Amino acid sequence: MPGAIYAEGLVKTFGDVRALDGVDLDVPEGTVLGLLGPNGAGKTTAVRCLTTLLRPDSGKAVVAGIDVLKHPNEVRRSIGLSGQFAAVDEYLTGRENLHMVGQLYQMRAKQAKVRAVELLEQFNLTEAADRTAKTYSGGMRRRLDLAAALVVSPPVMFMDEPTTGLDPRNRQQLWEVIKQLVSGGTTLLLTTQYLEEADHLAHDICVVDHGKVIARGTSDQLKARTGGERVEVVVHDREHIATAAEVLRGFGKGETTVEDHTRRLTVPVSGGAKLLAEVIRELDARGIEIDDIGLRRPTLDDVFLSLTGHLAEQKDAENGESADTEGLKRSKGSKRKKEADK
Amino acid sequence: MSAVTDAARSVAPAPAPGGSLGQSVRDSLVVAKRNLIRMTRIPEMILFGIIQPVMFVVMFTYVFGGSMQIGSTTDPDVYKNFLMAGIFAQTVTFATAGSAAGIADDMQKGLVDRFRSLPMARGAVLTGRTVADLVQTAITLLVLAVVALLVGWRTGSAEPTNAARVLAAFGLLLLLGYAFTWIGALIGLSVRTPEAATSGGIIWLFPVTFISNAFVDSSQMTPWLRHIAEWNPFSATVQACRVLFGNPGVVESSAWPMQHPVWASVIWSVLIIVAFRTLAVRKYRKADG
Repeated sequence: MPGAIYAEGLVKTFGDVRALDGVDLDVPEGTVLGLLGPNGAGKTTAVRCLTTLLRPDSGKAVVAGIDVLKHPNEVRRSIGLSGQFAAVDEYLTGRENLHMVGQLYQMRAKQAKVRAVELLEQFNLTEAADRTAKTYSGGMRRRLDLAAALVVSPPVMFMDEPTTGLDPRNRQQLWEVIKQLVSGGTTLLLTTQYLEEADHLAHDICVVDHGKVIARGTSDQLKARTGGERVEVVVHDREHIATAAEVLRGFGKGETTVEDHTRRLTVPVSGGAKLLAEVIRELDARGIEIDDIGLRRPTLDDVFLSLTGHLAEQKDAENGESADTEGLKRSKGSKRKKEADK
Repeated sequence: MSAVTDAARSVAPAPAPGGSLGQSVRDSLVVAKRNLIRMTRIPEMILFGIIQPVMFVVMFTYVFGGSMQIGSTTDPDVYKNFLMAGIFAQTVTFATAGSAAGIADDMQKGLVDRFRSLPMARGAVLTGRTVADLVQTAITLLVLAVVALLVGWRTGSAEPTNAARVLAAFGLLLLLGYAFTWIGALIGLSVRTPEAATSGGIIWLFPVTFISNAFVDSSQMTPWLRHIAEWNPFSATVQACRVLFGNPGVVESSAWPMQHPVWASVIWSVLIIVAFRTLAVRKYRKADG
């Protein structure tokens, strides 16, 4: 039986750019899927297709057991969408925004008012309830936007880059809200370009690049694909770099990388903490003073790098940040696509 | 928080059957209310909307009055009474820019995406917008009528009339304004930014309102221009208002819309509403943002 969000072979082209190039998704009820990828990867297009905003050229999509293409309006009753931009009316107060959305979800006026009060409370906006959203901080607007998506407590939620543009404190807060939401049984599809965010919130992760899912699995499974742990050493004295590199070569399973200017050496290893202790003893025996040493588990950044041959963030910088220009930006990225595909 | 969520889930509404006329009306009113609240929070929008036509009234009356020939006279008082129907009609059509900019703004801010993801009536976002704009047009028209009276405009200045006929004229003006906001809705959905919508909503209105009987006596135009002016949908409403106001300058012409201006005005406006509402709603449904 397909999950709460199910997609098969979704294709969407804009001109000659294939924004979605045969995407399959299956999100079991009550779980969180993280759609991870750089800007222009097709994440937003996927969300727009699943939330009835965009009609895919081909493929199948079922959300909350309802066929998205055949019965879009029934799907709309069962989903909440929090888009890339906090979609609240800035000239309305927080309360008025939620009241309006409630009524447009076909709640009775009174019921919508009661629900607005609950949500304002829940999202810590009660004090700001009667101020226009224009006066809100970025974090408050995001919370209001999320509250609007939750007016009917939909069983399936979509969040498109919910924390983009937020400062670390607000991001942390929003993560807490999202975790609580999911613990209540909501199925969530979340897109993000923050690897840390997917690691933190999602049960399963799909890595998307150029309209295709290039890897899927749990965070641990993806990390395992990049081949385990590494020892990282920062030596105190530049002169010791060569000797330290020699020591590390003795323990490593692969090539030792050296960054001269930071005096940082990295080598892939297996053997965990025990091995780390041996490395420290050996360095000490040779009289090498160290500033920092540690066992590093691979991050999702490493995963991305090993899957696509480029870093997610580097690519972001080149690709700009506007979702509207997704198509344009993607065509610029076609050279990299060839590299990634081989 | 999960307790709150669970409680909320139990009060979540049983969805009403969609697509009914009742739902359309209700959703449109919810959106209209939202736009009216916005208007009260941005009063300068209404203010500028009023200042511009007031300026036109004053400038046309005092600068052009005296050098414009209406029928066989250049009496400034005659031009003043001739002018107001034209200014009123031009003012209601300028609401187009407001609708276009408002909808383009909603598109850009992601609000249209939010609305499109809600189980609401499909045309309600646009209907709510045009209805709210109609209210604004009515307010503008009221202020403008008072200013017109202050500078000396009088109904019944050329032919006898009555209150019912004067009100009917304002009804035709509002209908025309409402029709033009649907053109604005389509423009708003078609451009990328609110700024483009504002200029795109207004530029084409200059030829439409000037190649007409609004500010000059169209019977004195070159024949080909005169034909365009007389069949211009906008001219029909202007002519109808002059007839109903009992003001001077009613054009004698063999063109059907000039002979039956009230009917022509109603027919043109209804046609515009039907055509542009259909196009705009279709575009809204497909809006790929």
